[in-house]
Amino acid sequence: MLQTGTRIDGTAAAPPVDVRELRKTYGDVVAVDGVSFTLAAGSVTALLGGNGAGKTTTISMLMGLVVPTSGEARVFGVDMSRNRHEVLHRLNFESPYVEIPMRLTVRQNLEVFGQLYGVVNVAERVRRTAEELRIADLLDRLYGKLSAGQKTRVSLAKSLLNAPELLLLDEPTASLDPDTADWVRSVIENYCRSRSATIVLASHNMAEVERLADRVIMLERGRILADETPTGLIRRFGRATLEEVFLDIARRRVPQAVEALGTARR
Amino acid sequence: MSLPAATVLHPQTGPAASMRRIRAMVRRHWFLIRSSGPRTAELIFWPLVSMLMWGFLQSHLAQTTSLAAKAAGLFVGGVLLWDILVRSQLGFSVAFLEEIWSRNLGHLMMSPLRPAELIGSLMLVSLMKLTVAMVPVAILAYVFFGFNLLGLGLAFAAFFANLVFMSWALGLVSTGAVLRWGMGAESIAWLIVFLLLPVSCVYYPVSTLPGWLQPVALALPSTYVFEGLRGLVLEQTFHGDYMLRALLLNLVYVSGAFVLFRALLESARRNGALVQMGE
Repeated sequence: MLQTGTRIDGTAAAPPVDVRELRKTYGDVVAVDGVSFTLAAGSVTALLGGNGAGKTTTISMLMGLVVPTSGEARVFGVDMSRNRHEVLHRLNFESPYVEIPMRLTVRQNLEVFGQLYGVVNVAERVRRTAEELRIADLLDRLYGKLSAGQKTRVSLAKSLLNAPELLLLDEPTASLDPDTADWVRSVIENYCRSRSATIVLASHNMAEVERLADRVIMLERGRILADETPTGLIRRFGRATLEEVFLDIARRRVPQAVEALGTARR
Repeated sequence: MSLPAATVLHPQTGPAASMRRIRAMVRRHWFLIRSSGPRTAELIFWPLVSMLMWGFLQSHLAQTTSLAAKAAGLFVGGVLLWDILVRSQLGFSVAFLEEIWSRNLGHLMMSPLRPAELIGSLMLVSLMKLTVAMVPVAILAYVFFGFNLLGLGLAFAAFFANLVFMSWALGLVSTGAVLRWGMGAESIAWLIVFLLLPVSCVYYPVSTLPGWLQPVALALPSTYVFEGLRGLVLEQTFHGDYMLRALLLNLVYVSGAFVLFRALLESARRNGALVQMGE
């Protein structure tokens, strides 16, 4: 048996995420333009940026679904373009845009994923996770018959089944009502705290980012525009909220934004 | 709320880990088949219709021509064996397409499931669907026309194995194409096997084909199976050499298709096709 978090592969010292000069092009289109960053264990980092900024491509390269044109994306020390299967059991992801099979019940889906990740005593783990995520009453319903909010909770349960050390979240509260969204954020916060898990979050909800993230990496045209704490970013732009900062950058409204765009660092 | 700080995982490498992940995928498809009566009926529908149509045609011809009377079982046997090839290939390819239709491919590609395990699970799912589709149809072929597929004995095992291996090679090519070129290539999965129908010589000998087309037919494992069936029904002779040739061809095709699948998967990772399909 392997306890997750137990280092048996000599990668103890490796950071959860280490990205070096990552670049991805599709023909003439540059999706990611030489970005570098390292994430510390237990950190919550938000990847922000408008549409086409390079968030999805960066996350896809972190998961090994997309191979970089150049540079490296390492997760727990493993090059994800070559050896991603060595560490995939230590991560998981959640996105409302990637569905779970509709014609299976929630229990069937979670048990299948639990088995894929090698969870010991899957049925018990599913039961406990379902109770904790308040989906116990949904276990025997077809996933396709659930509401958007219920689906998000099930998807989150799927992403926590293997107690991942690195959790990638793509707009985890999209299409949720404020109450459910707030509850989901609490789940993420608690999980991160209890597991000391590293979280990479892509979100367009700036209030969510302010609440969850201790670091913000802002991307624009595939480059890193800013990389600091949410409060640091707000202070630098002289704004009250991260949303205002985002709008400044998106609309190039203030000198700091123009300057940042001009000196976007790789 | 107190989610556990850690959970215990089985070892992730080795045959036991692979078998566990393959079992998970087979279970996923078993749940799917079990959940829907119409889906199960759909698996049986076309093999049943083909078998009945060819069976009645053969019954009619047997009353009017001496050759057809002598060749009792040739049409029904041919259609049953052909359907083994078709259903097995579709079982493989559609199991993969299900992951795209349900937008689940991203989850699978992000999970510890290896490409070889995905392929292994698709092979088992194709056998599972084949069993669901063909067992009732084979029984009905015996009831209606007195044709006993299992009565072919060892020959049936050889026919079956060669057709299934060939179906997996075709399934690998078509799913690899879908991975690389997206759903625009979906029609390949549905049509690829039917492209080979005229040159597989299901209902006529290879000598019927024009000379220039015969080498194409002889390059297909399925041709040897149907020639073998004719030998068995018309001459009561089992051509073991045909089966050996078919097996060797299958070895080449399945290995080549596996290499091609891996290459197309890597190509899909380079051009971002996996992400576009998963979202």
